[in-house]
Amino acid sequence: MLDNHAKLVKVIAASDGIVGRKKLQKIIYILKKLGLPFEEKYTFYFYGPYSEELSLRIEEITNLGFVTEIKEQKSNYYQYRYQVTDQGQDFLEHSNADVPLVESIVRDMKEQSSRFLELVATMLYFDHLPKDEIEQKVQEVKKKSNYTSEDIVEAWSFIGKINLK
Amino acid sequence: MAYKDDQLHEEKVFKDPVHRYVHVRDLVIWDLIGTKEFQRLRRIKQLGTSFLTFHGAEHSRLNHSLGVYEIVRRILINFEDRPNWNREERILCLCAALLHDLGHGPFSHSFEKVFKLDHEEFTRAIILGDTEVHQVLSKVSKEFPQKVADVINKTYHDKLVVSLISSQIDADRMDYLQRDAYFTGVSYGHFDMERILRVMRPVEDQVVIKESGMHAVEDYIMSRYQMYWQVYFHPVTRSAEVILTKILHRVKELYGQHYQFKVEPTPFISFFEGKVSLEDYIRLDEAVVLYYFQMWAEEDDSILSDLAYRFVNRRLFKYAEFNPNLQMNDWMELYQLFKDIDLDPDYYLVVDSSSDLPYDFYRPGEEEERLPIHLLMPNNELRELSRQSDIVEAISGKKRTDHKLYYPKDLIEKLADDRPEKAKIQKILNKQER
Repeated sequence: MLDNHAKLVKVIAASDGIVGRKKLQKIIYILKKLGLPFEEKYTFYFYGPYSEELSLRIEEITNLGFVTEIKEQKSNYYQYRYQVTDQGQDFLEHSNADVPLVESIVRDMKEQSSRFLELVATMLYFDHLPKDEIEQKVQEVKKKSNYTSEDIVEAWSFIGKINLK
Repeated sequence: MAYKDDQLHEEKVFKDPVHRYVHVRDLVIWDLIGTKEFQRLRRIKQLGTSFLTFHGAEHSRLNHSLGVYEIVRRILINFEDRPNWNREERILCLCAALLHDLGHGPFSHSFEKVFKLDHEEFTRAIILGDTEVHQVLSKVSKEFPQKVADVINKTYHDKLVVSLISSQIDADRMDYLQRDAYFTGVSYGHFDMERILRVMRPVEDQVVIKESGMHAVEDYIMSRYQMYWQVYFHPVTRSAEVILTKILHRVKELYGQHYQFKVEPTPFISFFEGKVSLEDYIRLDEAVVLYYFQMWAEEDDSILSDLAYRFVNRRLFKYAEFNPNLQMNDWMELYQLFKDIDLDPDYYLVVDSSSDLPYDFYRPGEEEERLPIHLLMPNNELRELSRQSDIVEAISGKKRTDHKLYYPKDLIEKLADDRPEKAKIQKILNKQER
């Protein structure tokens, strides 16, 4: 029961809490692209791959009390902080959901900015294309984000690193 | 004249219950409507299993596709002489609007879940593959099919073009809300679309709404909210969806066990084996699926025949409210009790959550998850809708989640009264049953 919810709670637990809805969206997408069994359907939107199914699932685990969501006011925007509760830990103990999580990957991603994860997720979204076309496509769809060639080199290196784990 | 600009000698019109008329003057649009891949959409219902709840909900994806095309056509008339709008993109927008749902299959939500498919990939494959649609689009230019696919996939470089077809206030949603309201017969889903079209403005890479049109947009957001709870997420429709999903799981499982079907399920075999070709995909429509459901209702496998019989004859599962956190022990007990009475809980005891049928509520995009609706203020500043509208702010913060437990009440009631499991099951289910 609720295996997909359990996988999500497991990621938040493994990361010891995640700050940012966008970050959480991109982390799950990247894990999915690494072949982990997340079933949320993603579509490409203005800010890269996004899953409405995941947004709703996050609301569900929050409303069920498995995860707390704290809204924080930043200078000119809001940010959400997610942390697994004791009830969430109980839920995980009862769950049969199996995610062979590589905790170090989750923690590596958590340390990155959501802007950087958006770049990585966008590059992975176009991973059916050759490398130079991926870079070209990223510049095309992310014109406003002004990613530099250094950002892209760093993103390739990050993708290489998480793929090796 | 280039094919892209070719016009029909006389404008063609389709009568439409929502927009009154759908107008076609461009030859490329007329040719696309005549392709077999587009005509196939007549045999795919727009609302999947909702016809089992709302008997009028038999409208097809072809109706909706024509409606989206018509709305975009009207938006572009308003945009014609506005700054920021590139008139060269007109035919691209119209083609993308018309073809945006081309890859939907029969009951696509359940099919996609069970067979791990993605209708958007099939939309792309039909547009780029060896199809009549591809032939028509290629007559515009060699690159044109790819451009149409990119707009539908939301990866086209001009995001303004994309936002007409897909954003939080787009032609797709404006059509389906009104069309679904019309065919289901509910009184929700209505809003002043003409007003919204008049106040839409192209600004850089998005469509925004003039501040004076805010109240029309509030109505649209309210319609989305009400249609979700009243139509899209209706508990009876969810029951039909649960049964449909379980039928597909069961046939797939039986096929894997080399079960001998009375009628060979030929059109499904590539789905079972995970090797669906474009041709296989296009061939499968709701007429084929419903034919097989009738055949499966006669199968020897008791689970498959029971589930198929239920779907065909609308003997749906009942439901009880369920809180997976507070009722975890109830769930575990029920699971075991169902096993004890030889009712496979993997098929007959189902928790269905709101995220199993996701619907895009309006989200203010506080952390850049999705681009929100922006109002164009008199000083040309852009403001996010919920920061300006108390109504939208109130709806945006509402609880939008729900879980229900579905089960065959009739089979439980048929158990002999002296079976101890019967009273135990009923006691748990009656706690919060509706």
